[in-house]
Order: sequence, then structure tokens, then C-alpha cells
Amino acid sequence: MALANVGTPARAGWWKKNQRKLAPWLFLAPGMLMFLVYVIIPIFQSLWLSFFDWDGLGAKTWLGLANYTELFADEAFYTSLKNNVIWLVLYMLAVPAGLFIAIFLNQTVRGIRVYKSLFFFPFVISSVVVGLMFSWFYAPGFGLFFKLTEWINGTGYAILADDRYVTYGIVAAGLWPQIAYCMILYLTGLNNVSPDQVEAARLDGAKGWSMLWNIILPQLRPATFIAVVVTVIGALRSFDLVSIMTDGGPYGSSRVLSFYMYEQALSEYGYRMGYGAAIAVVLFAIMVVPITGFIWKMVRDERSGG
Amino acid sequence: MKTTLKTLLLGTAAAVALASSAFAEQRELVINTDTSDPAPKAAFEALIKDFEAANPDVKVKWNLFDHEGYKTAIRNFLTADAPDLANWYAGNRMAPFVKAGQFEDVTDVWTANGLDDQLKSAAASMTIDGKKWGVPYTYYQWGIYYNKDAYKKAGVTEPKNWAEFVANCEKFKTAGIDCVTTGSKALWPTAGIFDYINMRTNGYEFHMDLTAGKVAWTDAKVRAAFAEWAKIVPYTSANHAAIDWQDAAANLVQGKAANYVMGNFAVDTFKKGGMTNDNLGFLIFPEITPGIPRAEEAPTDTMHIPSGAKNKDDAKKFLAFLASAEQQTKINATLGQLPVNNKSTVSDDPFIKAGFEELSSAYALAQFFDRDAPAEMAKAGMEGFQEFMVKPENLDKILERLEGVRAKAYK
Amino acid sequence: MFPKPIEKTTPATQTLYKVALPVALFLWLLPLLGVALTSLRPAADLAAGNYFGMPSGLAFSNYYEAFTNTDLSKYMRNSFIITIPTVIGAVGLSCLTGFALGVYKFKSNLFVFFMFVAGNFIPFQILMVPVRDLTLKLHLYNTFAGLSLFHIAFQTGFCTLFMRNFIKALPFELIESARVEGVSEWQIFSRIVMPLMRPAIAALSVLVFTFIWNEYFWATVLTQGADVQPVTAGLFSLNGQWIAQWQLVSAGSIIAALPPVLMFFAMQKHFIAGLTLGATKG
Repeated sequence: MALANVGTPARAGWWKKNQRKLAPWLFLAPGMLMFLVYVIIPIFQSLWLSFFDWDGLGAKTWLGLANYTELFADEAFYTSLKNNVIWLVLYMLAVPAGLFIAIFLNQTVRGIRVYKSLFFFPFVISSVVVGLMFSWFYAPGFGLFFKLTEWINGTGYAILADDRYVTYGIVAAGLWPQIAYCMILYLTGLNNVSPDQVEAARLDGAKGWSMLWNIILPQLRPATFIAVVVTVIGALRSFDLVSIMTDGGPYGSSRVLSFYMYEQALSEYGYRMGYGAAIAVVLFAIMVVPITGFIWKMVRDERSGG
Repeated sequence: MKTTLKTLLLGTAAAVALASSAFAEQRELVINTDTSDPAPKAAFEALIKDFEAANPDVKVKWNLFDHEGYKTAIRNFLTADAPDLANWYAGNRMAPFVKAGQFEDVTDVWTANGLDDQLKSAAASMTIDGKKWGVPYTYYQWGIYYNKDAYKKAGVTEPKNWAEFVANCEKFKTAGIDCVTTGSKALWPTAGIFDYINMRTNGYEFHMDLTAGKVAWTDAKVRAAFAEWAKIVPYTSANHAAIDWQDAAANLVQGKAANYVMGNFAVDTFKKGGMTNDNLGFLIFPEITPGIPRAEEAPTDTMHIPSGAKNKDDAKKFLAFLASAEQQTKINATLGQLPVNNKSTVSDDPFIKAGFEELSSAYALAQFFDRDAPAEMAKAGMEGFQEFMVKPENLDKILERLEGVRAKAYK
Repeated sequence: MFPKPIEKTTPATQTLYKVALPVALFLWLLPLLGVALTSLRPAADLAAGNYFGMPSGLAFSNYYEAFTNTDLSKYMRNSFIITIPTVIGAVGLSCLTGFALGVYKFKSNLFVFFMFVAGNFIPFQILMVPVRDLTLKLHLYNTFAGLSLFHIAFQTGFCTLFMRNFIKALPFELIESARVEGVSEWQIFSRIVMPLMRPAIAALSVLVFTFIWNEYFWATVLTQGADVQPVTAGLFSLNGQWIAQWQLVSAGSIIAALPPVLMFFAMQKHFIAGLTLGATKG
């Protein structure tokens, strides 16, 4: 035995012994490196940039907190914030809407699988296509929505031209794929609802709402949790539809923070990268709340062995 | 036989060698443009072909960008991967790039080719710090395009002054026609209306002072201009904030609207929609305050050499080529616009002729609000104009907001 | 089963349901049906104002025109060139990271894991300026590699979450017994675990393909021009050229939307499995 050990090179033995300790880090290295370079470090770079005035072309000028004081006095900031709140509140409708469509489709009639796929369809198409579709839908003069309001009201209503309701029009477009996503989560959840509990409750005389509320929903909690988190994140992050449908208009009334940031930093009239970074930092701070909530719940689940 | 074969072989070898050496010696010239609309695209195709024919040792690589997307793209490609030539605009619009050192000084091209004389009308807008930073190749007039059939239907004649224009609006309303149409979704069409109303109410110098940030937006004169604008707001097409200028053009073509404050580039769209020289009319914007000298809008398109260009020598050749009277005549014949070179000739088209007369007899030429005012002020201003057109009652709030932007935007 | 199985209700309710299904679907897909119809409408109809009446013909030429007269085919090609390497890269990297986090117990395991998860949920606008700068400095601006690299890095967050949860659910005895036999860690990964991950790899690949193909924001920030831009940004700029030509916008939109849709219908099970992982936990 001892002879064999003497013959073994020391390095190989060290590797064999420590392989298990080092392995995770070696496996993690490429992924972590990419993530660090493209995600983690840029967050701090943006934070740093928000303290400067920079037009992206020339030199940076230190401003301290001046970008933030300007931001909190900026009317457009509050419009964006207000719109983000509208997005957040209305987007939450996707969760119950998804649930009800899932319940509606949770039957075994012939062809129901095709229906389920087609109801899910809006999630699979790009936001650019959704935006263009709804722009067409709302278009003054010939859009279906315009014609419908004309038929009901006498004069057609161009929702994307009305600074009071334009955000609602855009949110409606966003709800279309979002409801489809929640629907799929709930369809899967419903598939895993314990049939015994349902039978037992039926025997007890529960049906309709009380069945839904007391027996089904508690079992759908994981699906609801994910649906809520993804919907909240989606509402706060939304950019594509605002950019495509109204470009923030009319006169900035449909701006949201993620779009305002882009406008200020990188658009045709936006040369203020520092200011844009400040807006991004504020958005980030707002989103830290739901993200932390989600992580906290995951930590609890992990620790309890879930 | 042998000799002929040998000569033939030698000849072929020589020809191949010559061809390949000529091929090998072709220099590349990279040009980025945003001329994606049909007429500008055709004009540039011809221009590049002519240049390549006149310079067989140069091969042009042409990158064509979408017109709106280009405005963002240029800030990226000037820093990374600069072409040898890029088109842009004159005046305040080129200033950020000049100040950041991203455009090349081309005063030598102007001097060597006598351009100070030939391109005189646009020289001022190409000059910063006494140097020239690009070459202008086209400009076009703005004015009021109107549907003659709509005028007949409402029993109205061409207005000689603003009071008549406003009175006509009431007659249009009775006939169920919008007096004025526009598509304000992209914001800039509203600026055309503002510029004219301001210049006609308060004069060219005041307008230049306003766009240069020397006058307050809450000034009484500015309010006076908006008061004139308020007179036609009730007669403007509804829902303009949700449509683009091309959609509004359809309103004019279909006779749903009578007047459209637009640039001459729109004539192509009007004609494609079915209007002809018989029912499409052109009016110089009417006088509002009597006695004010008549200034016009004439936005100028230009070509520049990025300072990061690889082939500056051929780029300068291209600029000289572009500035020549002959090429400017040709380009503008396709574009349906006006040559900047005063030695060029214009076509017989009635609108071109009208424009040429309008601009050559004008007191002064403005560059359009989003070029005369710096970017941040321009954006806020145009949003304000759009808001005013939808909600005229918000004027005080709008002017105060614009005044706040003025304090920051002109540092 | 919830709700009450339809067979057990009255015939009236059953008929009502069977009628309600297609009606509901029709209303749900109304925007899509409208666009599809417009895409086949001849341009002359639209110029004359005939938007909803019977089309005067079926203009398949709109699709031909949208595809050949413009750069749409280039944009589609670009989308494939960007999306496929991204899928390979992101899924590949996350197999490694998921394995590391799912199999090994070490102190910072949860911390690293949550860093990936949190990174996936942040508002990515906060990355916009620094990532654009980095891409410019690496001379990768307006290249396929530039956009792909960013997507690979960013998607690693979501993909790691996915893979790690999947691997954690695998029986650990397999790994233990392999270790006892002296198999190296790398071989445990490549010979034992990877083959078991096939369904997860399939699901994740389909999902990531869809996400990246449909992605719009970063396409506009990191690329420009028809040589590199994918079809999302390209469609938006084509829309700028096609103003008031709704038949072309519609046709172009449908062409652009096809690949993920086809992939979805072909791989539905995988797609849905990927999205709902974790929805039934607990």
C-alpha cells in the first residue's frame, strides 16, 4: 500500500481529494463570469453613472445627487410613476382572468386541447406583433375598436389619442398575452388538484364558489404565487408596448419609468445618460420589493425542504 | 498559328492581370444614409451610380437605414464602426456631433470648389466656429397644401390673410370638412404650424431668439402666437395625436380636410393617393401681423464625414461631387426638392417652381423647430404643441413647463 | 375534478358550453383574426376604405411583397443566427451551473442561486447604458456575437433556476453510487446526469428560443441596420416604412411571428412543462 502511495504524484492525490470541493466552482465559473460581467457589474455601473451628467459622447461631470433632486421635481417622472401604478393594478387582473379561463377550459370535451393551445397563443407571439395588432385594432377611422365605439356612441373613440385613457388601452394589449400565461399556470395547477379532496368536498355539499374558495384555491397556491410574481415584474418592467404603440405619447402621457429612462438616455432627443441611469435606479429600487419578497419565500421553501 | 496563339494567351493573361489589379485597387467608400422613402432612395441610387462611374477606382458600400431609426443609430455608429459619409441636418442639429469632435472639418472642400459662393443660401447653417462641417444638398419649402375640390365644395376662395383663413374655416365646418389636418403622433408636424404662426405673428428675429433660448416662453408675444393658433384648433382633425403624417395625408386626399401645413416632400404622397396638379394647391402661409417681412421654413439636408472615417480622401471627393450644380439638379429632380446650389436648374413642376420663388424671395430661412432648438428643448416644445392642440386650455401650464426646460436646456 | 365535469350537467348546459367555446375563442383571437384577414386584403381595398367588407380577392401577393421587396427575409435570417447560438449557450451554461447548485452542498450555494434568480427579475433597463458601453468597447456593437453574448449571460439567470430545480429532483443515490465507484465529477455530470436532463433541456430550449426570438428591447439597443437586426426590431422599422400600408404590416407581422408559433405547436408539451415548472411544487 505504502509503495503505491509513494508512486502516486502528489498533485493527483490533491486533485482527487479536493475535486468535490472545487467542482461546483468550476462548473459555476463560466455562467457566473458571464452573469457577473453582463448583469451584476452593470447594475453598480448604472448606480455610479447616475451621479454624473453625461451625454454619451463627451466627458462626464460629477453631479452628486443632483439628478435625483431634479427627478423628484420632474413632472414626467410622476406621470411615469402614475402609469406604472396603473400598469401594476390592472395587470393583476391577469391572474383571476387566467384562473377563470383555465376553469372554463378544464373540461374533457372533444378538441379541448386545441382550444387550450389556441387560447395560449398570444403568449407565443412577440410584443412587437402584439403592439402592431392592437395599434391596428385601435386605429382611428378603421380600427375595430374605433368602429365599435362609433357604432355604440355615434362618434368613434381613438383611445391612443386620449391622454387620460391611453395607458389603459396599452395595458389591455399587454393583458392579452399575460392572461394566456396565467391561464397555462392554472391549467397545470388544476391538473394537479387532488381529486379526493374535491370528491370529499362534493359529498359535503360544497359547490361553485365555496368549492373554489375553500378547496381549489388553496391547492393552487404555488401557481398563484408564480403568476402574481411574474405579473408584478412584467407590469413594472414593461417597455415594448409603450414604445411600439405610442412612443410615450400623446405628449408623454403614456410614459412608464422603463420607457422614460430609455427616452432620456438613448432616444433621438435624449442625450442624458446620467439622468436616465437615475431613473433606472429608482425603478430598480421599486422592484427590489417584489423581488425580495419572492426570494424570501423561496428561501423559506428551501429551508423547509420544499 | 503558334505566334497567334501565344499572342492570344499573352493578351488574355495581360487582360486578366489588368482586370484583377484594377479590381484589387478599388477602394471602398462606406456611406450610411436614412433615405429610406422611395424618392430619396432612388435619388441616392442614381447619385452613387454616377459617382462610381466618374470614379471607377472607388466602390461604394451603401448602408440604408430606416428614416426614424437612423436618428438613434447615428449616435452609435459615429462612435463604433464609423462610415466614410453619413447624412444629417444643418444648424443646431449637427452641433452636438461637431462639439464632440465626431464630424470632420471640411472647410477645404468648400474653398477648393467655390462652394461659399454656390451654396451661399445655406452657408450660415453649415458654419460653426467659422468652419464648415458638411455639405448641404437639398432643401425644400414648407407651406399650406390644400384640396381645391374641398375649397369649391365649401364655396371658399384662397385666403389673402389670416383673418380670411380663419373665416374660411367656419365655412369648411359647415360643409363638414376639417379646415386643417395633421398627424401629430411623431410630434414634428405640429412644430411646422407653430413656426409659421410665430414667424407671421412676431417676425423671424423673434422666432430665432425664442429657439435660441433668449426669450421666455411665458413672454406676451409667445402667448399672442398661441392665441392666433387657438383660432384654428377647433377646426383641426380630431384624433391627430394617434396618427402619423401619412395617415393625415389620406384626409387631404379624400377631401375630408382642406388644408395641410406640410413640407413639399408630401406632394409625392398626395399624388400617390390620387391628387393631381388640378386639385392640389399650394399657398404661402398667410400674413398674420401686417407688415412683418415674410420668412419661410426651409430645412436643409446635409452630408458629413465622420472623424472616424477610414477613407477621408474619397469621402471629400464625394462631397465635392454632391455639391456640384449638375448633381444637385439631378438629385433634386428625383427628390422633388430644391437644389441649394444656385447654379442648378429646377424642373417645370408647379410646386417646385412655386417653392423656388417662395424661398428666393423670402426675407430669411428657418431650419425647422427641431433643428433650430436644441434636442431637449425641441422635444419638450413639440410635446407642448401637441398638448396645446388637444387641450388648448392647458396653455399656461404648458408655457410654464417649457420655460422650466429652457432654464436647463441651453447650458 | 373541478369544475363539475360537463358530462354530469344538464344537456342544456352541455350545449351551451359547446357553443360558448368557439365563441369565446373567436372573441379572444379577434385581433389576430383581424390582422390575418387584413394581411390577405388587396392594397386597393384598403386605399378605397374597404377594411371589413368582403375582400375583393385573396392577396397572397402581400406576403410575397412583404417578404421579397423588403429586408424581412434578412431580418428573419438574423433572428435565426442570433437565437440558435443563444439557446445553445444559455442552456449549456445553465446545465453546468444548475448541476453545481443542485448537487453540491456548500456554504454559499443558496446565495449564488438567489443571485441568479434575482438577476432574472431586475428591470433590465438598468443594464442598458453599461452593457451598451461594454459592447462598444469589445467592438461587438452591431454584431451577432454582441447581442448573443448579452442574451446568454442574462438568460443564465432564469435557466439556472430551471435546471437547478430539475436536477435537485433527481435521485441523489445515482450520484452517490457513482462517487463510491470513483467516477470523476465531470463524468458524473456528463455520463450520468446530462442524459437524465434531456426533457428539461428540450423544454428549456423551446422556451429560450421563444423568449429570444421575440425579444425587442436589446435588439434595438445593441444592433442597427438590416445586416444584424433580428426580426422584432426589423419589423418595427419596416412599420416605419410601411405607414398606412396595413396589408404589408399585417403580412410582415404574421411572417415574423411564425417560427416560435410553429415551434410551440410542435413542442407544446415541452413548452408548457418548462413554463409551469414550480407551479405545482409544494
